[in-house]
Amino acid sequence: MVSFLSRVLIIDLSLKKFRTEDRGLLFSERIGGTGVAIRLLNEFCPEGADPLGPENPIILSVGALTSLFPLASKCVAMFKSPLTGNLGESHAGGRTAVTIRMAGYGAIVITGRSEEPVYLSISPDGVTFHDARSLWGMTRGDTAARIIRSYDGTPGNRTILRIGRAGERMVRYAAVTTETFRHFGRMGLGAVFGSKQLKAIVVSGEDTVPVSDGKTYRQLYDRLFDQVTKSPLMKKYHDIGTPINILPLSTINSVPTRNLTTSKLEGGKNLAGEEFAARFLARRVACSHCPVSCIHIAQIRTPYPHDPYFFKTTPVCYDYELIYSLGFMVGISDPWQVLTLIDEIEGTGMDAMSSGVVAAYTTEAMKNGLITSEMTGGISLAFGEPDTYLEFFRALADQQLPLYRDLGRGVDYAAGIYGGQEYALSFGKNEMPGYHTGPAAIIGYLVGSRHSHLDGAGYSIDQKPDNKSPEEIALDLYTEEVWRQILSSLVVCFFARGLYTEDVVSECLAVSGISMEKNSMLKVGEDILREKYMFKFREGFSLDSDKLRLPARVTEQVSGKGYITEDIIRKGVATYNDLIKNGKNPSGMDQIIT
Amino acid sequence: MSIRRLAVIDMDRCVGCQSCMFACNRRHGTGGLARSAIHVSSVGGIERGFSVRVCRACNDPPCADACPNKALLKREGGGVKLVSDLCKGCMSCMQACLLGAISWDKERNLPVICIYCGICAKYCPYQVIELQKTSEVS
Repeated sequence: MVSFLSRVLIIDLSLKKFRTEDRGLLFSERIGGTGVAIRLLNEFCPEGADPLGPENPIILSVGALTSLFPLASKCVAMFKSPLTGNLGESHAGGRTAVTIRMAGYGAIVITGRSEEPVYLSISPDGVTFHDARSLWGMTRGDTAARIIRSYDGTPGNRTILRIGRAGERMVRYAAVTTETFRHFGRMGLGAVFGSKQLKAIVVSGEDTVPVSDGKTYRQLYDRLFDQVTKSPLMKKYHDIGTPINILPLSTINSVPTRNLTTSKLEGGKNLAGEEFAARFLARRVACSHCPVSCIHIAQIRTPYPHDPYFFKTTPVCYDYELIYSLGFMVGISDPWQVLTLIDEIEGTGMDAMSSGVVAAYTTEAMKNGLITSEMTGGISLAFGEPDTYLEFFRALADQQLPLYRDLGRGVDYAAGIYGGQEYALSFGKNEMPGYHTGPAAIIGYLVGSRHSHLDGAGYSIDQKPDNKSPEEIALDLYTEEVWRQILSSLVVCFFARGLYTEDVVSECLAVSGISMEKNSMLKVGEDILREKYMFKFREGFSLDSDKLRLPARVTEQVSGKGYITEDIIRKGVATYNDLIKNGKNPSGMDQIIT
Repeated sequence: MSIRRLAVIDMDRCVGCQSCMFACNRRHGTGGLARSAIHVSSVGGIERGFSVRVCRACNDPPCADACPNKALLKREGGGVKLVSDLCKGCMSCMQACLLGAISWDKERNLPVICIYCGICAKYCPYQVIELQKTSEVS
């Protein structure tokens, strides 16, 4: 079969029915990925929907370049976030995007709620609904994936998306894991799966993806492939991987440490990417159709304490963000211990960043007497002690005690009950990413449509030598974010942003059969971004400065750019608000632009 | 004339990027994988590594013997050549290949048979596969 991007698969879990719709106009206007997903979310998500109710849709979408060009292999998920209460958007690599495209779909919409646990097999022929009661309640999510892998008869190229027990129990920052180590990590897609009793999705497909001109396609492909494999463009992701940033960022006080109570972690050098590579790196793997292979997998060997000569060897995938949240943030500087915590989190199916920040907040709240060991079930957290954190994460995923149910709603919610708002490190209700680089990072977290470091990449602005005004920072964030809407609609990995320039995107789109003038691209990006904010505003989010909670701690702890003042942050937020509401050229903006 | 065949020379270096598969399919001027003659899959999850299934150009190929319509000609020096017009789509060749190196092109209802061109090896960034010269035949 020939795969056409414009086919949207719509699945109703309540009725166990599916249908496809051809949405050619939608894809030609919005390319795919983020651009298509926000339109579908607006269409399928009723205003005021309960994020954990059957009315909250799950949208998965891929892009025009997927399965055609290298590094266009991200899958975009959109939903109403149970963590933030507004836009949920998360991107994952692995084989998901490529397989969905080759199964003949540009997007998948999942609505309703199954009466019993279910997993879906999706192929070019449609959807099979499988009883997943036997898979529900397993301790580790990867066990369920392993069973599905051998049970599900779908042939050929496959992807498996699944949740762990945290998703089943609707921890609001539960992740969906794909290909064992890639994640729709942030904003709680796993909880939305859990609320629908949707344990897993298997997609299989390897159809042909047509192009407008085979010869031009091959020539363009070769050019891109050469740049990816022979130029230094991707080298840092290829060699040490994302943890290459640990050393330089920790040297300039930019890795949040011990709930941002200090800027230095004793022994923190042990957590450098180079250390992980030298001592633990066992294998590197790649997402589909990406020769870079940035996925770094360590192997840890654990002896059984009472059984000599028995060991288990465990593969653990590590990245910068995980070393930040399960190392620096909880004060652990032994890489082996960090890998053990990562493996535990991986098993529960929680977002590692949110989990680490929740643990750090709880540690400090215990120290201050706001949370007691009676509440935690006898666990006394202290920075730097890995065993108590292991127990804590297990209890958090289990959701048995009231405290863990509150913590399972994020630090913003928990601080509202237990106190400690000044050090509950979340922005827009999403827990802090691993960059305390300066004002641009903080402004970016507060205003970003996903409250992610990847919205506008403030951490990158901070690392440039010049000191920008808050207005300039807001404009830089906005400009970058507009372009990133195009990249995430193409579903190009942000690591390849240096490769996919406007000219290259234009050429690739032409080959893929979508005509979009280079000079109209930024307008499309701006429209997509604005549509995302319209959804956020509709669901109660506000960019008005007084509505955004700023944890005082970020101004008290020195950043990579020195101390950050609240005044600077609020000014940056106000300018960004103006840009979102009025675009780049409203009155008063001319001076900033020039 | 030199006879060439593909060889998997170091499986442990495979990162599962599937660049080889997309390259094979791209020979036909399209994207996707419907007509790829090389297959990379994980060995029980990506953490355990990958297997590459590719025609090794058997000296005495069972797939050719299994074809009731003689659509697969044995190639001198090993391997087979597909004569598309003779294929009736019975899939016997696919079932006869123990390696799983033959897949099915559902769009054309024909087996996907490696032509030993080596384009997959050219696009492998990690030197997992290689086109090797096996023998000289006159």
